[in-house]
Amino acid sequence: MSAVTRYKTLKDLPREDYLTPGGTLCAGCGGLLAIRLFHKVLGENVVWINAAGCVTIMMTYPLSPLKSNWMYTAFASAPAGAQGVRDALDVLMAKGKVPPTEDLKVVVVTGDGAAYDIGYQATSGAIDRDLDFYYLCYDNEAYGNTGFQMSTSTPYGSASKTTPVANGNPLGNTRNKKDLFDAWRIQRAPYVATLCTSHGVDFLRKVEKGTTIHGPKLYIAFAGCPTGWGFDPRETIEIEKLAVQTGIWPLKESVDGVVHHTTVPRTLKPVEEYLRTQERFRHLFEPEVKTEAVKRIQASVNAYWKEASAAEGFEIKLA
Amino acid sequence: MTEQLMTGNVAAATGARLARVDYVPAYPITPQTEIIETIAWWVADGKMDTRFVQLESEHSMLTAAGTAALAGARVFTATSSQGLLYGMEMLYNISGWRAPMVLVNVARGVAAPITLEPDHNDVLAARDSGFMQFHAETCQEVTDLVLLAYRVAEDRRVMLPAIVNLDGFYLSFTREKVNVPEQSKVDAFLPGYVPPHPFSATKPVAKGTSVMDGALYSHIRYSTHAASLKGKEVFAEASRSYEELFGRAYGPVEGYMLDDAEYVIVMSNSFTALGRQAVKRMRQKGIPAGLLKLRMLRPFPAQEIANSLKGKRVLAVFDQNLAPGLGGILYPEITSALYHTKGRPEAVIPVVGALGGKQTTSKEMESIFEAMLKVGSGSSPEPIFLMRDTELKRVHQLVARATKEGS
Repeated sequence: MSAVTRYKTLKDLPREDYLTPGGTLCAGCGGLLAIRLFHKVLGENVVWINAAGCVTIMMTYPLSPLKSNWMYTAFASAPAGAQGVRDALDVLMAKGKVPPTEDLKVVVVTGDGAAYDIGYQATSGAIDRDLDFYYLCYDNEAYGNTGFQMSTSTPYGSASKTTPVANGNPLGNTRNKKDLFDAWRIQRAPYVATLCTSHGVDFLRKVEKGTTIHGPKLYIAFAGCPTGWGFDPRETIEIEKLAVQTGIWPLKESVDGVVHHTTVPRTLKPVEEYLRTQERFRHLFEPEVKTEAVKRIQASVNAYWKEASAAEGFEIKLA
Repeated sequence: MTEQLMTGNVAAATGARLARVDYVPAYPITPQTEIIETIAWWVADGKMDTRFVQLESEHSMLTAAGTAALAGARVFTATSSQGLLYGMEMLYNISGWRAPMVLVNVARGVAAPITLEPDHNDVLAARDSGFMQFHAETCQEVTDLVLLAYRVAEDRRVMLPAIVNLDGFYLSFTREKVNVPEQSKVDAFLPGYVPPHPFSATKPVAKGTSVMDGALYSHIRYSTHAASLKGKEVFAEASRSYEELFGRAYGPVEGYMLDDAEYVIVMSNSFTALGRQAVKRMRQKGIPAGLLKLRMLRPFPAQEIANSLKGKRVLAVFDQNLAPGLGGILYPEITSALYHTKGRPEAVIPVVGALGGKQTTSKEMESIFEAMLKVGSGSSPEPIFLMRDTELKRVHQLVARATKEGS
């Protein structure tokens, strides 16, 4: 992490809030908390560029909980919307038509449906053009706003409305989650990071680091989803924390393509502890335990951390 | 004012240059590409103070165009055919955002089958998008309509984007003489764009927000319609000052030998030149033929069309497009404009032709007038689909070759 940081403990969390309470999103929404924390670090001069998703409904005319600028574009093209705003601000400032005091940080905010699937091409284009913007993907691992259908972010073994658990399909989704972090990293985006609101200091520091970097700054925030995943809204942070502690959600960053894990659990908890907290994985344990599937998930987590620890030289006790 | 020979594409780029556009997001597609190549060159060469960015698709290109316009930039871009359809979702968004900008469409038939030469299925697919539409017959009109389009689009009473259409190949790659307007006069006609509510650090705004109330949604949609209709009046004002400055007058429609005509063909874009020739030849034969060219298609100039065509005996609407299962797209629009007009024509013949740029001879154009002469009062006219015997024979030969039945 950066040597100099404002954020040493959670007490350093900025008091200013740019999202007023009483919004229309679900109680316990991990995505909303991610946006709130992200905004605290960036400050008030922000324009959010949104693609279709849960957060779109937060801004329903004529009400807005947001104290900064907002632009809803379309499902597939929020990064292109960011391109238009960034370019316009740059060219108008260069021509003296807009004073520099009106400059804004341009931040794309989408769910995983837009980031992993329909907007993947537009993001690739924006990275390629070295667009100076932030991308915050709140990753709830499915199309949450339409009622929880699978996306390419949905993990192996998760039930979803389009991978329903049934006699002929006992495991739910049988594809592996797409590795968006590496997909973005491999294009040599200057900064890519994963976030989890349960690890606030790690979160704040990564956003802070992004503010010092020119070009695409891409973040994937693990976003607990009470309605889609099936848990009580008060458990969001605990479940997110378990995802980190079991190694299912690695906290890492990539600077110019070089990966560094920012928070390493010394001893991985078994994935079962995480999986058992959520309705979407219940079929892995009831009516009988699907041992092979749970083993497969554990093996894939272990393989990931074995490779990462070898590459970076840290010690970790696998589960 | 200087006269220059230039293609329709360069005429479009010239309009953008004279408008001093701030931003051009681009993506190549035949037959439009020469426009963005020309602008890319002018920007690189310092002849335009413009930010030029090549996007990775028309969908992204139009998204960037719309958000840049909302941020306060004067935006220009261009596309054709598949590109317009690929970005179609964003056309509805940009008009809903009330983001004024100009998009040049270089008309090209739509796949499948994939083709390159023009018809108007691409641009007419955008007819309900909320973009205003101005269609050009000549290279001169291309430059002039781009400038007029900005003036109308950015007017606070309108605040809607506009498409300027020109035909691929027939106009895009045809060099014609263009009177290039003087920059100082253009600056007077078209001052810099001042956005009403740009994104701002001091006064934050929310744009494109969701509307979940049907009445509110309806109200916003009705407002967009009202703004488009207002565009007619604003276009008329803009056209008057354009004429004062540059000596060229543009109405939403334009008649040719129309005043005493009894048999009138209604058409648009570059093939209108063929229509004019046919009218001239019919006149030589003593037939009172005439032509009405459609220049503005959105807002739809129903009153001007009705006024121009009332009292005529028979019309033919030349549709260079095809809506399978309906016929020509403009036919029902023209006939509906006439329905409540006293002295409306006795018959209106639907004609479909020149699809995919099919070459159209003077004989074919004259055959339309011959059909008008034959049609009886009160009878339902037979639709005409233009195709010459020699062409049909060649089509059969090509099909036979593909199926090996001919060899």
